[in-house]
Amino acid sequence: MTLTTKTIAELRDGFRGGEFSAREVAESFNAAVAGARALNAFTVETPEVALAAADAADAARGDGDYGALAGVPLGIKDLFATEGVDTTAGSKILKGFKPRYESTVSAKLKAAGAGMLGKLNMDEFAMGSSNETSAYGPVISPWKRNDGGNAALTPGGSSGGSAAAVAAGLAPGVTGTDTGGSIRQPAAFTGICGIKPTYGRCSRWGIVSFASSLDQAGPMAKTVRDCAILLEVMSGFDPKDSTSLDLPVPKYEAGLSGDLKGKRVGIPTEYRIDGVPAEVDALWDKGVEWLRDAGAEPVNISLPHSQYALPTYYIIAPAEASSNLARYDGVRYGLREIGEGGLDGMYAATRAAGFGEEVKRRIMIGTYVLSAGFYDAYFTKAQKVRTLIKRDFAEAFKACDFILTPTAPSAAFGIGEKMDDPLAMYLNDVFAVPASLAGLPAMSVPGGLDEQGLPLGLHLIGCELDEQGVLNAALAIEERAGFRARAEKWW
Amino acid sequence: MVVNEYRIQGATGEWEVVIGLEVHAQIVSDAKLFSGASTTFGAEPNTQVSLVDAAMPGMLPVLNGECIRQAVRTGMALDAQINAVSRFDRKNYFYADLPQGYQISQLYHPLVGEGVLTVLLDDKDENSAKAIGIERIHVEQDAGKLMHDQHATSSYVDLNRCGVALMEIVSRPDMNSPAEAGAYVRKLRSILRYVGSCDGNMEEGSMRADVNVSVRMPGGELGTRTETKNVNSVRFVMAVVEHEAKRQVELIEGGGTVAQETRLYDPDRNVTRTLRMKDDAHDYRYFPDPDLLPLELDETFLDECRASLPELPDAKRKRFEGLGITPYNASVLTAEVETAHWFDALLKAGTPPVQAANWVASELFGALNRLGKTLADSPVSPADAAELLSLVADKTISGSLAKQVFEIMLETGESAAAIVEARGLKQTSDTGAIDAAIDEILAANSDKVEQYKDGKEALFGFFVGQTMKAMQGKANPGVVNERLRARLLE
Amino acid sequence: MSVNIEQVRHIAKLARIAMSDAEVEALVPELNAIIGWVEQLAAVDTDGVEPLTAVIDLKLRLREDKVTDGNVRDAVLANAPEAEHGFFAVPKVIE
Repeated sequence: MTLTTKTIAELRDGFRGGEFSAREVAESFNAAVAGARALNAFTVETPEVALAAADAADAARGDGDYGALAGVPLGIKDLFATEGVDTTAGSKILKGFKPRYESTVSAKLKAAGAGMLGKLNMDEFAMGSSNETSAYGPVISPWKRNDGGNAALTPGGSSGGSAAAVAAGLAPGVTGTDTGGSIRQPAAFTGICGIKPTYGRCSRWGIVSFASSLDQAGPMAKTVRDCAILLEVMSGFDPKDSTSLDLPVPKYEAGLSGDLKGKRVGIPTEYRIDGVPAEVDALWDKGVEWLRDAGAEPVNISLPHSQYALPTYYIIAPAEASSNLARYDGVRYGLREIGEGGLDGMYAATRAAGFGEEVKRRIMIGTYVLSAGFYDAYFTKAQKVRTLIKRDFAEAFKACDFILTPTAPSAAFGIGEKMDDPLAMYLNDVFAVPASLAGLPAMSVPGGLDEQGLPLGLHLIGCELDEQGVLNAALAIEERAGFRARAEKWW
Repeated sequence: MVVNEYRIQGATGEWEVVIGLEVHAQIVSDAKLFSGASTTFGAEPNTQVSLVDAAMPGMLPVLNGECIRQAVRTGMALDAQINAVSRFDRKNYFYADLPQGYQISQLYHPLVGEGVLTVLLDDKDENSAKAIGIERIHVEQDAGKLMHDQHATSSYVDLNRCGVALMEIVSRPDMNSPAEAGAYVRKLRSILRYVGSCDGNMEEGSMRADVNVSVRMPGGELGTRTETKNVNSVRFVMAVVEHEAKRQVELIEGGGTVAQETRLYDPDRNVTRTLRMKDDAHDYRYFPDPDLLPLELDETFLDECRASLPELPDAKRKRFEGLGITPYNASVLTAEVETAHWFDALLKAGTPPVQAANWVASELFGALNRLGKTLADSPVSPADAAELLSLVADKTISGSLAKQVFEIMLETGESAAAIVEARGLKQTSDTGAIDAAIDEILAANSDKVEQYKDGKEALFGFFVGQTMKAMQGKANPGVVNERLRARLLE
Repeated sequence: MSVNIEQVRHIAKLARIAMSDAEVEALVPELNAIIGWVEQLAAVDTDGVEPLTAVIDLKLRLREDKVTDGNVRDAVLANAPEAEHGFFAVPKVIE
């Protein structure tokens, strides 16, 4: 029984139906995790925690008293505070930090009976698109090019560990976070599904903050159904988060349907960009056909300010981050280094030693764009353009019900290939960022493989609060794409 | 119209002083502005701190509605514009008493706009009223406390106060003398305590002032101002104004220039000194807090705030004056909300206003001063006082006897009626007894009677006094007067 | 607009990140590349457009004035690099 190839739905149902015990499941995944250290997907493994949850599920099964995710172990991105378990955000500055509290999202998953296999490696403070900025070493993608060379590839980022874990069969599902594509792009790179819900759908309480107006938690798993199952549990109003939506959570799994009759899919002209490999565009075209086959009518739409989304993001996100990361100062938790010059010296030395290059770069940019004399030209300007981008979508959604684009402008690249040029790295998120700026639900679903045998993803953007519409469109693609490819085990 | 006459005498001439005050007032609420931790003063260090206050990774702010309600009520009491839509902004800087690395405040869109506070520079003179403009009021987080004297090489951080709600009340630079500044702080404090939005306890730090001072030649351009932070008494505010103004005048006349800087007041030496600059970091990089949304208050909320306001000091003072109470007494009685409430209770118990005012202002306050007690600890309640004063009004006892009864009330806690009864102090109008006493006195002082009949009118008082004494003060003075006059005319 | 060494040094100071001269020097072109790139927003016509104040149309919620938190000193100090007698300890500050 290769339990580790099963989906969440299969594991959940199999557990409930008595086909196997939760403990067997946990043990299988624990073993897979332990055998995959070459991927460096986990920053900390918690096999006992997974077993404890499994045993509790098994004990409760007899009474029929089990939660929605009983029997299902998950990986938790290291950005989520997990009580008593190291939470590093991929940074040296939080090495050894064991919170005395649990994030709302991971608490909901655990309350539903899910076990925790461990904490997943990630780009430092979620800043990155390749999981190469982690202080704990890069995550190696389980995928390899079919060119016979053995180049180590990135799984994408910032939720690189999350994506790699699912793709390598180390966890049936994981949590990620998405600020500018950090769920969707790694999902696309590793051939799995990942959804970023509407801003405010999942609570941000207990998630280490990067860019407050953009951060959102979301699930990553092998199938659309699995994402729907997880999203249902992760979502919901949290009175501890002022940006949390006080709305009932739809029954995403029950509402799944690949029948898109009567729906219109928008194809934005501005997303056809020079320099993007032909295969990416070709898959996009195929995606349109699949959706048409499912009943949706393709419609050309325009999102005129698309080209300004990335620069807008790279003003707003670093600005918010520069403020959110000010609390890492060596006073109350985390790393402390004593420098010269008393308190200020301690701050400067701590942060110099604790933050990596990319984080420093973004803090510097953020500080600059908020500083006196530049605030209006950069930050206020960016917020105005953000209004325009949001308006673009509102306008477009008068003519369509969801939008289809490629997820990323390329397949996974090699580790080290793009580290020389921050801007080149930022361009990875060109298709993903606009939906983040507008707070809209967006999902990546695997569409096919490129010539080098690497996964490519298709990207669906929906209206505010319409995760169901996005999931359904993704389901329609999943049903037709026939994506069965799995990374071949080399680790 | 109040003409500003206060001047600093300099070597080159006379100088005017321009003063603006930023008062930080801790809002009365059970929990903090953005966290559910308690706001009580004096707790063990770091016990009134939630993970949100400690700025743990992933923590988020949630707004306490009561703090907003109190700030709105305060704005209404100052006749200020209430902004139905306002925003919170982050003020970014690094200090150990600021765990987030930023303070949540309101720069761009404060909760309250322009208002006015009127001070009476002379309690007795209505025409000495001066209107001081309020520029704005915004709501923000207080910081924690740093202690530097507990350890040789470390400073200690206590976050209990961190996150407590503050109102920052910013005046226009409309004040021109230490007296005006003092009057402003006193009046503001009184209004806050009337409204109940701040306890105004300056020693404990729940209200403190940043004093902005500049000087100029009359009619000249505004000078550079300095800011002296965290001044925690009215007396000190006035001292800071005087000291800073003089310092600046000396500096300028000596050829120097006033630096726009932040200073601290040293009350022991009565000087202000430059706060050692935390380097140059004055770039606070304000931007709207993305963890919070714009605050929108609806009409129902605002109406409730308005309806909940008590009668405010100025209105109460006018009402008292309308009842015949002197302006001075009315000022005294309305200066503190506890006094005003006490007095209102006395009026409610039926005591005639003028009598009540005179009695409270002289007798009650005199006694409390003597005993070293505050009104809150008064051994005599409004009901007790009302009873005492009604015994005088219905002539059961005389005014002078009432003073004695009051003394006994203070000592023993007994009621006036009980004391009068028990000690048989009822004033008598029994003409028989009075006549008998008069006869005795006149008989014993026949020489003085002769002098009186010869024209020495002043002796009448002597006869009255002696008669009252003979009757142990219990005679109705009016009747004594009447009978004596009649008798002496014979 | 571009930044020079002095400005980068100033930003690092505002951000409380210690940097060697070499690090500051290296950052100048890196930051300028990013700044130059984001500057393209200047070309966007934003006349009459309001800056985005809320991502999703929500009103700020007011919570009840109740003490629901605190009294968790152990948790508050649990991860402190240095704590003494119930306080956080930091290098002495001279005011």
